[in-house]
Amino acid sequence: MDITVQEFKHCDMITVKGRVDSATAPQLAQALEAANDGGKYKLVVNMSELEYMSSAGFRALLAAQRNSKRYNRGEVVLASVPERIREALELAGFTELFKTFDDPLQAVGHF
Amino acid sequence: MKTVQFTAKFEHLDEIREFVGAIARDGGFSDKDVYNIQLATDEAASNIIEHAYEKVPNGILELSCGVRDNQITIVLTDRGESFDPSEIPLPDLKADLSNRKIGGLGIFLMRKLMDEVHYEAKSDQSNILTMTKRKR
Repeated sequence: MDITVQEFKHCDMITVKGRVDSATAPQLAQALEAANDGGKYKLVVNMSELEYMSSAGFRALLAAQRNSKRYNRGEVVLASVPERIREALELAGFTELFKTFDDPLQAVGHF
Repeated sequence: MKTVQFTAKFEHLDEIREFVGAIARDGGFSDKDVYNIQLATDEAASNIIEHAYEKVPNGILELSCGVRDNQITIVLTDRGESFDPSEIPLPDLKADLSNRKIGGLGIFLMRKLMDEVHYEAKSDQSNILTMTKRKR
């Protein structure tokens, strides 16, 4: 798994590549927490190059969404969610908790 | 059935998914089914590593997998703390963000993604989780 963070004027984009499972989810959680700790609460998680995500990754996203939405200060949105991952998120009832965008720049434009 | 043993560590999840993925693919399962079989096995193995072997340093996780009569069978055996997935309450998928529970999601996915999930705590201290899925 590989994470890169890109700053935009109104939000940060966190691009997650590869596979997120119980071994790698802590790194994703850390990246999201670091953004929040730096006062960034408007976050795009770009999944265009994500191959796999287990519930460990879902939990990291949920924690970040909770923290980001607190006091109405922001939110986490998902971009370019691959089909298999979207199906699993849907099954877990997570698609109702996150706005999703087909394109990362469209997601950036949301903020 | 092919069988492999892993030390119960999260860093082996990649190999665990590869092992069942290759057997499912060779058995003619669709890409979607292969992904979901890998996801269910990952969730099962993660639960064993996290809960059954929480207090055991180098626990062994045995994984067997095979396809027969259009059905894949995955068996995970551990010798850790018994942990019956069917006793874990299902997460409330309608709960709003602040009330959404974090636990139980992996087990929920296992049950949803596979046709059958069966757990048995044996008298010889081993726990056996069996999951099956039929080809569509």
